[in-house]
Amino acid sequence: MRIGLFATCLGDTLFPEVVKSTAVLLARLGHDVVFPPDQTCCGQMHVNTGYQREPVPLVRNFAEQFGDSSIDAVVMPSGSCVGSVRHQHEIVAERYGDAALRAGVATVKAKTYELSELLVDVLGVTRVGAYFPHRVTYHPTCHSLRMLRVGDKPLKLLRAVEDIDLVELPEADSCCGFGGTFAVKNAETSTAMLQDKMRNISGTKADVCSAGDSSCLMHIGGGLSRIRSGTRTLHLAQILGSTRTAPYALMEAAR
Amino acid sequence: MTTSPTARDTVLGRIRDALALAPTPEVTVPRAYRTGRTLPDGERLALLTDRLVDYKAQVHPCTGDDTAEVIAEVLRERGARRIGVPDGLDEQWLTAYDGEVQRDSADIPAPSLDALDGVVTASAVSCAETGTIFLDGSPDQGRRALSLVPDLHVCVVDLSSVVAGVPEAVARLVPERPTTLISGPSATSDIELERVEGVHGPRDLVVVIRTDA
Amino acid sequence: MSTFLGMPAAPPRSPFGTGNLRGDRTFPEAAHGELRNDQLRHNLGRATRTIRTKRLNVTGELPDWERLRDAGSAVKTDTMNRLPELLEQLEQKVTERGGTVHWARDGVEANEIVTRLIRATGSSDVIKVKSMATQEIGLNEHLEAAGITPYETDLAELIVQLADDKPSHILVPAIHRNRDEIRQIFLDEIPGVDPDLDNVPAHLAAAARAYLREKFMTARVAVSGANFGIAETGTLAVVESEGNGRMCLTLPDTLITVMGIEKVLPRYQDLEVFLQLLPRSSTGERMNPYTSMWTGVTPGDGPQDFHLILLDNGRTAALADTIGREALNCIRCSACLNVCPVYERAGGHAYGSTYPGPIGAVLTPQLAGMHAAKNDPNSSLPYASSLCGACFDACPVKIDIPSMLVELRHQHTEQSGTTVEKLAMKAAAGVMGKPKLFTAAQKAASLGRVVGGRDGTISRLPAPLSGWSDSRDTAAPPKQSFRSWLASAEGAETMRAAADEGARLTAETPEEDQ
Repeated sequence: MRIGLFATCLGDTLFPEVVKSTAVLLARLGHDVVFPPDQTCCGQMHVNTGYQREPVPLVRNFAEQFGDSSIDAVVMPSGSCVGSVRHQHEIVAERYGDAALRAGVATVKAKTYELSELLVDVLGVTRVGAYFPHRVTYHPTCHSLRMLRVGDKPLKLLRAVEDIDLVELPEADSCCGFGGTFAVKNAETSTAMLQDKMRNISGTKADVCSAGDSSCLMHIGGGLSRIRSGTRTLHLAQILGSTRTAPYALMEAAR
Repeated sequence: MTTSPTARDTVLGRIRDALALAPTPEVTVPRAYRTGRTLPDGERLALLTDRLVDYKAQVHPCTGDDTAEVIAEVLRERGARRIGVPDGLDEQWLTAYDGEVQRDSADIPAPSLDALDGVVTASAVSCAETGTIFLDGSPDQGRRALSLVPDLHVCVVDLSSVVAGVPEAVARLVPERPTTLISGPSATSDIELERVEGVHGPRDLVVVIRTDA
Repeated sequence: MSTFLGMPAAPPRSPFGTGNLRGDRTFPEAAHGELRNDQLRHNLGRATRTIRTKRLNVTGELPDWERLRDAGSAVKTDTMNRLPELLEQLEQKVTERGGTVHWARDGVEANEIVTRLIRATGSSDVIKVKSMATQEIGLNEHLEAAGITPYETDLAELIVQLADDKPSHILVPAIHRNRDEIRQIFLDEIPGVDPDLDNVPAHLAAAARAYLREKFMTARVAVSGANFGIAETGTLAVVESEGNGRMCLTLPDTLITVMGIEKVLPRYQDLEVFLQLLPRSSTGERMNPYTSMWTGVTPGDGPQDFHLILLDNGRTAALADTIGREALNCIRCSACLNVCPVYERAGGHAYGSTYPGPIGAVLTPQLAGMHAAKNDPNSSLPYASSLCGACFDACPVKIDIPSMLVELRHQHTEQSGTTVEKLAMKAAAGVMGKPKLFTAAQKAASLGRVVGGRDGTISRLPAPLSGWSDSRDTAAPPKQSFRSWLASAEGAETMRAAADEGARLTAETPEEDQ
């Protein structure tokens, strides 16, 4: 399958290892990974902060970059960016776009998937040949859980990882407190949420807290780093990308 | 009419303006939820009993012939020497009771009902799934104050009036009658969300279910 | 008439400076203090966890729960579409059955009507059933100013009133108080209370019973709200637990009910949906202990003088918003508060309104506006959410609160003129809209590595990001973006090797196991 990879602006710039793992994983599964070079950002931050006119060029660019019919599916290692493409691009196009944009948005939306959705639903794989001999707990991010309804797909993938010690995260479905600019505008409330999330993570004694969204992991990881917790954060793609021949070395920086 | 008639016109005008500014498509209500359910007698009895007990109500199943005995026993156990009953309550139900019975009438001031030890009423409908008894002010159930002010409510439920779920119960009601839904004794969860039975309504709810009536 | 010649006017919000639909501080300012209150955090965390579990248990036991939600949602949408005819029908039915219907454009007018009706009875006090509408319009404050004493009879409302406090939750307004605090409030404020009163909830409830009993037996006037008003029959319904509602609705001579115009339901049959949705979502019970339904006046039973006040107070302004009007579908169950991580930490007072939590964050700005004053606290409410979506899942009538929050944020930025944030957003979109600029900016960002410490993390950021860096480290940007890695020889080689491995594996394992 010819798969268009959207790195997301955050992944591309700050968490390139996550995108590398995604790309390598898909290639290893025998798929043709294409990276439209002029891709940038989905505009999620703009819309969630209340700006819908400003991201019109971003929405347009996304539709143009991935609209090509030779791309069978679009994948991104971020539940919230998929949520933006699926739910918000339409709103922006409806309100401030033209007919062409609306059509473009609808086309791309229909073939856009979050990583676990692509693997489990589209490619029909749960066993991806990963090897990760560490204790892992999984935080289902809010957008994956409640906007995309990925359900237990990420857990299915993790359970199939060789030698993984997967432990359940208490109160897993509660928000980590990130919420984009929420963590800035309401930093103290966000911190209170983060503290509870970190307490639950620490209780699992996991080496790694994983999730399907670098933004939430940046938040949780930033908190865990500050309290010098023994748990680090790692994107789902990085665990799935770790193999016996090229295992992830847990001692290196967690991104 | 004591209010300015323009408030009515203004509010209705604003609503019409709002609907014109933000028109939305007509909707049809999908009523795909469960309705018209029936359950055998035994299941309705078991379900209603389970729910009532869960809400800390006392439940006494009996036959029609035993009604008077069971009611008398319940009142005796609780030391209820003076009870109120609605004017239309079946006289047969009280034949075994030896205390004082006050037949209710509209000219008895409601606050004086506070002096009664308890009240015995019939009921209109009950919903098994939620453990809810519906009183509708019929002559055998009386005015609302009667089953509210005394601290003990003995409520007689005929199994034939027990239906499976809420839709089946609502379908049996007469909307214009003053209707009270009772699910267990009064309760509150206002302090630390800890349920406490017994605040202002009757703190003691005893349900006598007549299984052959 | 405000409408003529087909030119609809936007209906007004609740008048500025009236009622309880606006706090005096923004959400982050108000939350600042609340978050430091460990007792509050403890009380709220414990209470919301308890009720979340109860709700899931009783909603989970109904196989048709989702179908009930669909029906409830559609009934409310249909109601809003037909609001004028339904209200007129309700008015007609209530009037036919001996009640009197009044209309109030706003809270001020409703307060005046209630005051006038109470004065006409000659009574100088009134007993009250817990009601969000009368809380919203500040009826108690108005009555007190007019020399009429209102007695709240719901236990939690009584606690709040005695403590001269404000409610912090729709269903359990004193959720922010624990048993020790409540005991102290009763000892201080209830005349003649047993000085040996302990903190056992049952004993505290008994003290409230003893205190209010005399009021119930002697009061001549009661004021209530209504959970539902049935247009088809003129039936009003109040859903409660303690029996204080039954007392107020039954014993006095005069009953005055204040109902928001959005509380009307078309058919009596609709109760079969809402009497399942509301208690299970609200208290997590299969059914609440008591529900009272009455239709006008019944000779010989209950109040013989019944008044229904239909309240607008900004509801029509919300109705004029295609997206925002969904907030009017709310049945005040408070499930969204109980699942909200923001509410759980900051508490209800931080919202500054009678309506806290997620639904409050969308309802309050719509009823009272977000731009009524400079730095209107209500404009901070749509941002008081991480958009986690738990509220949408919990809502028994499926109100899409997250989408509404995003919409209100948009309305706020649209009306805010040029701000630093807007310029920054514009600039960011400008850069990201042009791939070459974006790539250049990424290179600049990787220079940000110099601000990272030895371990590659940044522990202090300047305003407005300082709140973030107070409790979170930020990793310094990496040397190389993904796109430059991919374009590099190393990237090309890695991808080629992966593809080769893929080809080999595909050849070895013909079928993927699921």
